Amino acid sequence: MTKTSEIRIPANEITVAKRTEASIAVVGNPNSGKSTLFNRLTGLKQRIGNYPGVTVEKHVGYLKTDDALVELVDLPGTHSLSAHSLEEHIAVDVIFGRIEGTQSPDGILAVLDATNLYQGLFLVQQLVDLELPMIVALTMTDAAEKSGIQVDTAALSALLGVPVYPVVATTGAGLEMLRRAIGGIKEIEPPRRIRVWPELTEAAAEAAEGAHERLRFAELERLLIDGPTAANQAIVAKLSDRGRSKIDALRAALFGDEPPIARDAHIRYAWVRDVLDKVQKAAPAYVSWRTRVTDFLNLPVPGTIGLFLVMAIVFQAVFAWATPIMDAIDATSSSLSTSVFSALGDNAFSSLIADGVIAGVGSVVIFLPQIIILFLFIILLEDSGYLARAAYLMDRAMRSVGLSGQSIIPMISSFACAVPGIMATRVIPSRRDRIATIMAAPFMTCSARLPVYALLIAAFVPATNVGFLNLQGLVLFGLYLFGIVMGILTALLMRKTALRGPKPPFALMLPEFRRPNLQTVAIQLLGRAKVFLKRAGTVIFAVAVIVWALAYFPRSDDIDPGLDANTSAALQMEQSWLGRAGKVVEPVFEPLGWDWRVSSAVIAGFPAREVVIAVLGTVYAVGDEADEGTLSGRLKSATRPDGSKVFTLPMVIGLLIFYACCLQCAATLAIIRRETNTWRWPVFAWGYMTAIGYLGALIAFQLGSA
Amino acid sequence: MAINGSTLASLKRGQKGVIRAINAADPQVQRLMVLGLVEGTEVEHASSAIGGDPMEFRLFGCGISLRQEHARHFKVVPVVAGD
Repeated sequence: MTKTSEIRIPANEITVAKRTEASIAVVGNPNSGKSTLFNRLTGLKQRIGNYPGVTVEKHVGYLKTDDALVELVDLPGTHSLSAHSLEEHIAVDVIFGRIEGTQSPDGILAVLDATNLYQGLFLVQQLVDLELPMIVALTMTDAAEKSGIQVDTAALSALLGVPVYPVVATTGAGLEMLRRAIGGIKEIEPPRRIRVWPELTEAAAEAAEGAHERLRFAELERLLIDGPTAANQAIVAKLSDRGRSKIDALRAALFGDEPPIARDAHIRYAWVRDVLDKVQKAAPAYVSWRTRVTDFLNLPVPGTIGLFLVMAIVFQAVFAWATPIMDAIDATSSSLSTSVFSALGDNAFSSLIADGVIAGVGSVVIFLPQIIILFLFIILLEDSGYLARAAYLMDRAMRSVGLSGQSIIPMISSFACAVPGIMATRVIPSRRDRIATIMAAPFMTCSARLPVYALLIAAFVPATNVGFLNLQGLVLFGLYLFGIVMGILTALLMRKTALRGPKPPFALMLPEFRRPNLQTVAIQLLGRAKVFLKRAGTVIFAVAVIVWALAYFPRSDDIDPGLDANTSAALQMEQSWLGRAGKVVEPVFEPLGWDWRVSSAVIAGFPAREVVIAVLGTVYAVGDEADEGTLSGRLKSATRPDGSKVFTLPMVIGLLIFYACCLQCAATLAIIRRETNTWRWPVFAWGYMTAIGYLGALIAFQLGSA
Repeated sequence: MAINGSTLASLKRGQKGVIRAINAADPQVQRLMVLGLVEGTEVEHASSAIGGDPMEFRLFGCGISLRQEHARHFKVVPVVAGD
């Protein structure tokens, strides 16, 4: 360190003690280009956290101008301040400063999509009424002009009473002006309320008299419209008893028998149409490639065929493109292990590093290419607006099993990994549908099941052709299908029993197709990879070390030193804690045709199913069988003490079914706990899926061997 | 309240109509109103999924999909071609 007196920092590099410090909520409709703009404004200066008590991710970014450091909070997209889904609730709670540990925003950055002013202004008008310093960023102005829409920014700004900055987030046009405006947001005079509905404002003024703590006008208006819902309890708590009964009386007088939300929507959208007449000039629409693509895919049959084609391409890419990289990772991790042994000699420490850490973590990191490719596609499909269309196309089919089209997105994501799939259920408004989807998601064949399938199929399914199809590929496809069917049956069962309830709601925005922004895609992808690697570095690392210790200790001195390395390793394994555990539970798995070795591998795989391959690799590294070279060769020739084969066809089918069903993934259990906020669901899911897996394997083995 | 005459559900593909009355008792219908399907708004039936359900409507450039059973709650006056 240099001496303090010598430090000279240019003024624009000082990050603390700025002139202005403010926290700004970024609010907008879903698909308004909000996240793209947020990423543009903050770049990589972002933090992803969680709101307390709920699982919605909190995206915070920082924006530095010449003389200010401003915190931007990217809120989940919402259509109205009447919250509908969990994500919308968070957005509204942050805006009203109701979230513990999150400060009430000093200002609002409203994101308004120039191609969809209609829904955008509906929200922006409600935001203006919050009486907070506010800036409107008018996004997608380029797309709007292409489709023949011209927006009079000055007129819009005058009508709203807030500054409006047109930007093109994808090219960066207009961003500098917007950035400067955000830096000085505290100097902006809060807008005056737009009196779209004077009766409501008067009623709110009257209700304010019944409050013993200061309440904002906008909060009272929300309470009048939405009533004392769970979301509004914070407001109700600030009212006196008289104030509460006054609210009821005022609501009755205002709305009578009419649903308040309907009246509210009617009045505000009438205002919106009026504003549109004044600020928006629509020229004859230019027919873009997007419109043509949309029009073609709008036809029911091409649309549905297109959906299946897209899914086929995605899966093809996940498996074909990832293989070379996965092979490289595999080769690297085994050569690393070998060099550890040659450098440190054969002892407990080198075994911990090579067999425990490198093999364990390596067996997980190997999925990174597949996960990145799958996420790349899912992010591209989502950002281009296609996933919403998939939900629309699949709604009818999903409805027949008691879910809605919105459940299709979590299910598709679960093919990569159930963890992000389960996180994707947050957009589902009804809790019953959400939990039914969460219960179905872990049945989807995730990328950790794939290596287990690949190993067993390569070893036991002949590589013959059935017609022009490869039998091995067919079996793999069948296993994917089996997972889907099991998931759907589970959802159906849940919706008929524990989660019985009204038909799931369905109202979905279908955005036009648009080209995804590469920066946004890259930032999201990087975030996902980071989360995955962090898991591999922490949870999986710990599990790998524990499994290694269970398989390594206690050491036995009785093993004949004259035996070759593989045989002694296998004997060692047999009397290790893991081997003993395998023998203890062997009677439980005996009816499935498993010996103690398979049983101990399966036990080791409960925290993370992919571990099973590493364990099988160790336990079957025995004597003559090791001559077969590959693991699949060793499995083929594995015998019981009486000489009969362990891996018979019925047993293998049973094992595959077991893996297709069983919930062997600690991370999934943890995420179910977090998303449902109770241990009941993860415990149930684990018991249910394990029971089904066991029964399936039992039936397959017993029928096949009879 | 049953709605007689044309509803959103009876619009043909490519046909436009102006919403005139809404049976808003169902919270699902209220949600659709928050999304912009309110009295006085002109909508176009843009597409439907296989089997005609759900349906997609376009209004002011945005697309909203809803089920037939909900579309029936929106009474419309069809816009005559050439208008």
